Amino acid sequence: MLAAQVLINALVLGCLYACIAIGFSLVWGVLNVINLAHGSFIVLGAYGAWWLYHAFGIAPWYALAIVAPLFFVFGYAIQRSILNQVIAAPVLVTLTMTFGLDLLLNNVMIYFFTADFRKLTLSPPVGSLSFGGVVVPVDRLIALVLALALTFALYVILRRSRTGRAIVAVRLDRDAATLMGVDVKSIYAIAFGIGAVMAGCAGVLMALIFPISPLVSTAYLTKAFVVCVLGGLGSVSGALAGGLLLALIEGVGSVLFGPALATTLSFVLLIVFLVVRPQGLMGRKGFE
Amino acid sequence: MKRSDLILIVLVLCLAALPLAGGAYTLRLGTMAAMSCILALSWNVIGGFAGYPSFAAAAFFGLGAYTTGILLGYKVPLWLSLPIAAGLSFALAGLLGAVLLRLRGHYFAIASLALVEVLREIVNHATDLTGGGMGLNIPVTAGTDIMADARFFFYAMWLVLLVTTIAVIAVSSSRLGFGLSCIRQNEAASQMVGLNTTLYKSIAFGLSACFVGAAGGVYAAWVHYIDPTDVFDILYSVKPIVMALIGGLGSSLGVMIGALLYLVLEEVVWRNYIQFHSAVLGALIIALLLFLPHGLTSLRGGLLLRRLRGA
Repeated sequence: MLAAQVLINALVLGCLYACIAIGFSLVWGVLNVINLAHGSFIVLGAYGAWWLYHAFGIAPWYALAIVAPLFFVFGYAIQRSILNQVIAAPVLVTLTMTFGLDLLLNNVMIYFFTADFRKLTLSPPVGSLSFGGVVVPVDRLIALVLALALTFALYVILRRSRTGRAIVAVRLDRDAATLMGVDVKSIYAIAFGIGAVMAGCAGVLMALIFPISPLVSTAYLTKAFVVCVLGGLGSVSGALAGGLLLALIEGVGSVLFGPALATTLSFVLLIVFLVVRPQGLMGRKGFE
Repeated sequence: MKRSDLILIVLVLCLAALPLAGGAYTLRLGTMAAMSCILALSWNVIGGFAGYPSFAAAAFFGLGAYTTGILLGYKVPLWLSLPIAAGLSFALAGLLGAVLLRLRGHYFAIASLALVEVLREIVNHATDLTGGGMGLNIPVTAGTDIMADARFFFYAMWLVLLVTTIAVIAVSSSRLGFGLSCIRQNEAASQMVGLNTTLYKSIAFGLSACFVGAAGGVYAAWVHYIDPTDVFDILYSVKPIVMALIGGLGSSLGVMIGALLYLVLEEVVWRNYIQFHSAVLGALIIALLLFLPHGLTSLRGGLLLRRLRGA
């Protein structure tokens, strides 16, 4: 029974981790930029959901439709105005740049929302389902379904739409894509915008389950790191595999060694993976 | 020895005269300045000379702080604890470096970030030795007089800075420094001509860690209380990078000036905009990278004049 519960928890959490990591992975893969502000984007999305619910009574699953376009504009603007200036610079410069963005964004959030933990509490509460002793809270189930839907939507966009194919083309070979008439700068901005949308939506889903505070942004960011390295950069399936694997490791690790050591375990695994298999479980060159 | 190295030494020696000038606040600022310079100069060895974007400084700062703190708790004197902390940081960084420095670019950056997390979590859970999340109280080493205390720790930090400066200059004018700049420019080629790149990089990583460890040790003895979130703060990794970027990568003198300038800026921001200090820091980083990507040392008098005339 315990095993089944651990598995179910890992499944739910794993899909959310995938949702957190997928935008990060897209930006890393296509722009070759590690967006250290990704965690703050997620928290900002969570505050969006919290605020929409408490000010206007808009449920988080509808809030997605409002948060997503706003985040696209936000990400597109940041890419166009700031990141595009340094996109060709060495790793160190882009890393430090996004760290600066993160500091700025995080401080602004602390100023407006304070560092207190808040929780979005649905009223009336949605309760939980129980299958022969295995308990699944309904809000988690909703988050799971939405996370899968978002992931699938991104997959379809990259696979079927013209812009999506252009994004994949830029990732595969930027110069060849330029020669084929793809406007790389605008593709970069669109990819960063989509990355921001995925972060914002992941934040909305996180708000359904976990308490929100600007201080947790680092935790989300490190999860995104680990998932990307475990699953491998550059594919939706890789992020999904990485997310599920991380959640499973954390879940099983918590049961076996206690919750405190589970984080250490995942980081040790991260370093081992980086050294032994840097391309991850399902890493490959194309993003699809 | 180059002229810029000479200026660097003179600058460090001038700093030693600070206690003549001011009270406890000035000395605190001076100690912070010396600490920042140690961190920035050390980072420059791996980040500037060898070109590896390391975020691991916080890991070794914390390691040094905890090593010293625990040793002081066992009544080991400070002058012995600090070299032990430095040696331990050097050994650990050298060993880890041999593995991690095979990674490049983003992957190395992430691995070095993860190192900070791993060490923090380990310290957090080794409650018997480190006190875990409750932190570690460290016995008072200097006298109880405030001024004597401030002066003692200022000179302790300054001494570490002096050793760091001498070591960094020695590295940059030696075979090791030459090898590191070869690695930065083209690692495969330097391997081809018979350079033991793994050894060179490991030594560079070790050197960039050991003085940071010693600085962490002095810091721990100075503040008398440390906890994992304080000394394993990722900002200890990022600030040296920003300082080096302000000054200009690779040049020791530039990095040191960058560190001092950054500290002045930070102090001004702290005093006036306490609510927004990290936002101002973030905005500063962004502006710096957009408008002055190669640091202050890239500005030459003549070039500046020409620009002003042109504008």
